[in-house]
Amino acid sequence: MATGHSTCAVRIRGYIAFLGSALLFLALMAAVTLPAAAQSAPQFTQTADDPFAAAVQALDARKFSDKAKAIDALGVLGDERAIVVLQAFADGRLYRRKADKAVIIGDRDGDGFSLTSPVTGATAGTAASGEIKKIIANNKLRGQIRGVLGQLALFSPNADDRLDAARNVIASPTEDALGLLKRARDRETVSKIRATLESGIAVLELASDDRALRLAAVATLADRSDPNIKSALEQRLLKNNGEFTEPDAEVRAALREAVDDIDDRLALFGLVENLIFGLSLGSVLLLAAIGLAITFGVMGVINMAHGEMIMLGAYTTFVVQEIFRSTMPPELFGMYVLVSIPAAFFVAAAFGVLIERGCIRFLYGRPLETLLATWGVSLILQQLVRTVFGANNQEVANPDWISGAVAFGGGVSVTVSRIYIIIFCLMVVAALAAFIRYSRFGLQMRAVTQNRGMASAMGIRTGQVDALTFALGSGIAGVAGVALSQISNVSPNLGQNFVVDSFMVVVFGGVGSLWGTIVGAFSLGIVNKFLEPVSGAILGKVVVLVIIILFIQRRPRGLFALKGRAADS
Amino acid sequence: MGPISSRLVAMESKRGWAAILVLAAIAIFVVPILNLAVPEGSLFHIPTFWVTTLGKYLAFAILALSLDLIWGYAGILSLGHGAFFGLGGYAMGMYMMRQIGERSVYGNPDLPDFMVFLNWDSVPWYWLGFDQFWFAALMVLAVPGALAFVFGWLAFRSRITGVYFSIISQAMVFAFMLAFFRNEMGFGGNNGLTDFKDILGFELSRDTTKVGLYIASAVSLLIVYLICRTVVSSKLGRLLIAVRDAENRVRFLGYSVTNAKLFVFTLSAMIAGLAGALYVPQVGIINPGEFAPAKSIEMAIWVAVGGRGTLFGAIIGAFAINGARTYFTAAAPEIWLFFLGSLFILVTLVMPQGIVGVYKFLRSGELIEAIGRRLRRGDA
Repeated sequence: MATGHSTCAVRIRGYIAFLGSALLFLALMAAVTLPAAAQSAPQFTQTADDPFAAAVQALDARKFSDKAKAIDALGVLGDERAIVVLQAFADGRLYRRKADKAVIIGDRDGDGFSLTSPVTGATAGTAASGEIKKIIANNKLRGQIRGVLGQLALFSPNADDRLDAARNVIASPTEDALGLLKRARDRETVSKIRATLESGIAVLELASDDRALRLAAVATLADRSDPNIKSALEQRLLKNNGEFTEPDAEVRAALREAVDDIDDRLALFGLVENLIFGLSLGSVLLLAAIGLAITFGVMGVINMAHGEMIMLGAYTTFVVQEIFRSTMPPELFGMYVLVSIPAAFFVAAAFGVLIERGCIRFLYGRPLETLLATWGVSLILQQLVRTVFGANNQEVANPDWISGAVAFGGGVSVTVSRIYIIIFCLMVVAALAAFIRYSRFGLQMRAVTQNRGMASAMGIRTGQVDALTFALGSGIAGVAGVALSQISNVSPNLGQNFVVDSFMVVVFGGVGSLWGTIVGAFSLGIVNKFLEPVSGAILGKVVVLVIIILFIQRRPRGLFALKGRAADS
Repeated sequence: MGPISSRLVAMESKRGWAAILVLAAIAIFVVPILNLAVPEGSLFHIPTFWVTTLGKYLAFAILALSLDLIWGYAGILSLGHGAFFGLGGYAMGMYMMRQIGERSVYGNPDLPDFMVFLNWDSVPWYWLGFDQFWFAALMVLAVPGALAFVFGWLAFRSRITGVYFSIISQAMVFAFMLAFFRNEMGFGGNNGLTDFKDILGFELSRDTTKVGLYIASAVSLLIVYLICRTVVSSKLGRLLIAVRDAENRVRFLGYSVTNAKLFVFTLSAMIAGLAGALYVPQVGIINPGEFAPAKSIEMAIWVAVGGRGTLFGAIIGAFAINGARTYFTAAAPEIWLFFLGSLFILVTLVMPQGIVGVYKFLRSGELIEAIGRRLRRGDA
């Protein structure tokens, strides 16, 4: 169903900034638009009767109210050059050159300023600080500029910004945007953005006086799937002072039908979105749990420091990233994730062997003591990492090829990193399953899992198998840390909560069963995700815990129990 | 002497009784006298801060006893005992919360501050009755007991043992923590219950009240110790030890393992609830942090350090580790986790019988014998 709607990568950062804090918005707009404007500027030449040049000059008015009029004028013109000018105005970089009273953009350059013409975008020499005077904006004007900039982004040379701007207009429609939208539509070449602009125009035309126009607008909007469009349609169905906002009964019927259509589609998209979220959550859970499952299966001990192996993997990713950042050319930076996967595996595996040889092997046959001892190990590792890296969260940046989002139709989108994680996890599990099934070591591992004494009698070195199993389990946990670092922050207690969750997966799926772990992890991930909207994130977790405790009543050995003869096992 | 009292006497050796009586006398009489009767500045004066700290340790010792009863004797390692401790603490906290009345910040005589903040009109049904001390005291035992009974029944009848039980109980306490963090639960959310004013009409800020709470803790510890000693030296106690060592064999012999475990688990939970109820008025706050899984697992190490299956060891362990915590968190906080982590590893690897085990080993003369053997071998 996703293929029916064209997909497009959206810059997450730009998107959040647009909706989010004004500061971030302003900073990013400056970053995005400045170089772009510098490239496209030479096309324009200044003419005496250029209304744009006149509006720019009008910004240098004496009264704030006149300045506000000039800002509005710039907004209505819909000229992309206005973005740079208004941004500079809001940032306090707009000046009047005392010599010719020209409005000019000035950037501090040493003691003086380097000047740029707002109309042509060309450099206009330099000026000492005494030669120019700042044109002052107040907070009210800055707020106004923010709004105008939002609409002007419709004419931005950057396609993503244009799309964001069009969506923004739909989210908060204002009547005077109609002309702007129409002009933007006529200029637009990208079909997706054009369609969004059409929706925006239709949303505004819902309030038109012309009944035919309203009907046409409803027809246009009926096959969209954007919650904002839905709420715009619903607005028209509301009663105001006992009268319907929409006076015509036929149009009302069309509206109702359109809302129902959109509802159906939104429900479907919500389902897909939740499913992908749940699957990606389950993937991380699976990577975390599968190591625990094989060590528990082979040795019958719980490694409470397993979560710390995940944490070590995440920190390894962080260190590899920092190394790449400081020594590699920026083009190669995105490759750091590929390097961190084996690095995290080996770091975590090395720690795993250390724990097994240094501690756990002395505690065989005493699973409860092992549990406590490995808890001690986890405390030490956490404090160690806190001492070395500090207690604060470390940020691991997503490389470009992992960041971004896939948008389905309207307001539904899934971040690419989640899809990568699902694929990556399935690859790891497939490799592990093949390894256990076909390699000699895998055979020995399965033998020890089924009957340690018998395996030992057949000449398998159980001690060696234990150590290698532990290394393998820990290594996979380290790899899980790489995946986790891409969707959450890296902190010393990152792994803490994973032991309980992972063990739930193992209990649910059945000890020592790879299939059980896979089914357990994905079902827990999805159930968790689907319970969240019903009962809240925290209560969802509580409910899952209760369900598992009740589930064990029916199947104490999990979904896929290994069959054996021992009474005490 | 009747049969019960004669059994009581037979529980401990003469030396054991002497030790108990001396320690109890010091804890119950000497410490309060040194605090209240000896003037400040005297060498023998014990500051009130230390009396309260000791009172806190006594509550922890009761908690450790409850864990030793099930882990040391029945082989059930609960990593969720913080849930029972916390529930007992919340029950007492709710009583003290209701006692605040008009002295709260918002001055509402009927509603605790956080409910006013949440715009609630009246106290929810599960707060009813908590303005009476007897009801709260009952709930201190009944709520943890009921939870343990249901949880234990579900777990033991499907024969969940060993690490399975440990992790499931940890999941339980984790669930409690998540649930109690929610404001809508009606237990004060993140901040928990605090700002208590008085208990049974005594102002909590007074030194005499603090000493009174300390004495109550000491007396409770003595009584709980005697109850635990009675249980473990009874026939049931011997059955529990058999369950610990070979559960299936006991089951095949025809005993109801489930019932025995369920009884001792429920009893242990009620003791943990009592410990929580004594702890909360002394520290003046109860919040969801008490349900943190890390806290529950740490209780196990108190017992392990002192010596499992000895009861006395649990008390020693609780005092030793909490004393170390008080010292380290003031002197070198970053060392504390290293210390605690190493303790977990060292105790399990090197001294599985804990401090009491080491003491017994030294007293038994085996060490001298071993050294002698080594020396003779060296001669040969």
